[in-house]
Amino acid sequence: MSAILSVEHVGMRFGGLTAIADLHFDVKPGEILSLIGPNGAGKTTAFNIMTGFLKPTTGRVLFEGRDLAKTKPNEIARLGLARTFQRTSVFANDTVLDNVLIGLQRFGEPSLLERLLPTPRALALEKETRARAEAIIDMVGLSARAHEKAGSLSYGEQRLVGFALALAIEPRMLLLDEPVSGMNASETQSFVGLVRKVRDAGVTILLVEHDMPMVMEVSDRIVCLNYGRLIAEGTPAEIRNDAAVIEAYLGKSAAKLDLKEAANA
Amino acid sequence: MTRLIAPLFLVVFALVPLWLNDPYLMNALIITGIFTICAMSLNLLLGYTGQLSLGHVAFFGIGAYVSALTALGFDVSLPFGLRITHEGGSPLLGFVLAILITGVTGYLIGRLSFRVRGAYFVIVTISFAEVVRLVALNWVELTQGPLALTSIPNMTLPLPGLGDLTLRTKMQNYYLVLGVAVLSYLVVARLVASRFGRAMRGLKENESLALSLGVNATRTLTIAATVSAAMAGAAGSLYAHYIRIIDPDVFLFSYTVTMVIMVVAGGKGSLAGPLVGGLIFGLLPVALRPVMAPEAQWIVYGGILIAILFVMPNGIVPALANLTARRRPASLTKTPETPAEAGAQS
Ligand SMILES: Nc1ncnc2c1ncn2[C@@H]1O[C@H](COP(=O)(O)OP(=O)(O)O)[C@@H](O)[C@H]1O
Ligand SMILES: [Mg+2]
Repeated sequence: MSAILSVEHVGMRFGGLTAIADLHFDVKPGEILSLIGPNGAGKTTAFNIMTGFLKPTTGRVLFEGRDLAKTKPNEIARLGLARTFQRTSVFANDTVLDNVLIGLQRFGEPSLLERLLPTPRALALEKETRARAEAIIDMVGLSARAHEKAGSLSYGEQRLVGFALALAIEPRMLLLDEPVSGMNASETQSFVGLVRKVRDAGVTILLVEHDMPMVMEVSDRIVCLNYGRLIAEGTPAEIRNDAAVIEAYLGKSAAKLDLKEAANA
Repeated sequence: MTRLIAPLFLVVFALVPLWLNDPYLMNALIITGIFTICAMSLNLLLGYTGQLSLGHVAFFGIGAYVSALTALGFDVSLPFGLRITHEGGSPLLGFVLAILITGVTGYLIGRLSFRVRGAYFVIVTISFAEVVRLVALNWVELTQGPLALTSIPNMTLPLPGLGDLTLRTKMQNYYLVLGVAVLSYLVVARLVASRFGRAMRGLKENESLALSLGVNATRTLTIAATVSAAMAGAAGSLYAHYIRIIDPDVFLFSYTVTMVIMVVAGGKGSLAGPLVGGLIFGLLPVALRPVMAPEAQWIVYGGILIAILFVMPNGIVPALANLTARRRPASLTKTPETPAEAGAQS
């Protein structure tokens, strides 16, 4: 099966700092792939490159076979590649409904006349857009909050708004940057259900997350990044037992400790 | 609550000429109306996209000159032996051309400056206004330069079956300005409520997020600049055919400052803000005229603006909106407090 997203030997330097040395992996259509690694490993930078907010120093990214080198963030969104942000990102002064309506931008393009005049077609379009927004809000379970300002919601709820916004553009692939940080255990659990539902609807998912139980539970495959380099790739079971991964997360001494424990056992 | 401001203004100001006979006050109201249209147009940019056009008077002035020259006619020679002669035509055609030409100008300025935003747009618009002022001052063959374009005809409206109506009286011009103001208000209201308005708000609130959702920043801002410029151009045309004499002073920087003050004091990013701000700062000169010279009035403008923003940092209308929003939960607690009460009510 050909990849939906290919990251081909991407490197990113900020001045003297190498955020990503050489990142190379494929995402297959329909899978949930997790990108893990310690803080500062370059995960968010990788997302920013994939979605056009940063241009890589070396290498390239292909989405559905198309080189994204010259494509702007808003154009990439329109190609069907959506993302959420690590820092909670909503339109804080707008209601949840208005947030999702902004996300539904690309849904049905009105003419300039329809922008200026309330023609019947413009009004019908507006109504349909609203219905769609309400369906999306319902899906993420925020119906009761639809008319509250997004900024007044709890942290976990705001993460759901961010997720709903990304869904609104009807992506074929979704990049999630630490989506459950700030959520409690039960919120996380229902979010896992939501991610599965979205994937089952045909959306490929690339997940960055520090909540390891969640990652292990939801992922089909995991790639692990450290100091801007891929150090491991495999199924959750393989990654759990990978020495390089354990070392990256727990440090050298911990890895040795683990091995000692293994020897003692 | 603040939604009622515009209809209230419409009713009140539609009735004013029926009892007000003072030509001086009527004149002040007409000029105030024209500048309120400019303020609405500036609000579309400054209030809803956050982009500050500090050369907004350029669109006003271009609208005035385009409309006046369309009505008066001109005869200019260009390089390479080219010559353009125009006989003079209807002021209404001038009004339409003023809107079209300033719209195109706004579009070009937007295309030019919105790749890089913020300070860049401010500088481009300021410089543009100064360049246009210098052209108006020095292209004497076309504009008469400092000698001014004089005897500009009053606006003429073709009435079906009745022939042309030339708006000569203050009352007629008053209603013309009121009509264009209502149209301008409706255009802004419609734009802001549409998906396009949501794109503008999204960009202003959180640009990265808006981009990630497919909002085209350059295009959205350019459309806003186009509509905004065209509206200021319409106001310029009204001004030219009402005052009937224009000189390069229509490009004065202080007019832009007046528009910005009207928007900021009334409340940028609110539909009624420019109406309230426009009324206050449009009529302030009338109140101050008996007591001080025009130059000294600026000090009072500044003082009043600071006082307003000190009490209401977002301007008058948003402050009013907050006030009514805060009252609402209090009235909600009056409805069912306990299940028993709810049962009794149903
Ligand atoms: N715009 C930037 N300018 C300079 N350095 C950056 C920038 N963005 C990220 N970095 C650096 O790149 C490295 C990787 O950061 P990041 O991608 O945020 O890591 P992660 O998301 O894996 O925690 C960090 O050292 C960070 O400080
Ligand atoms: Mg990160």
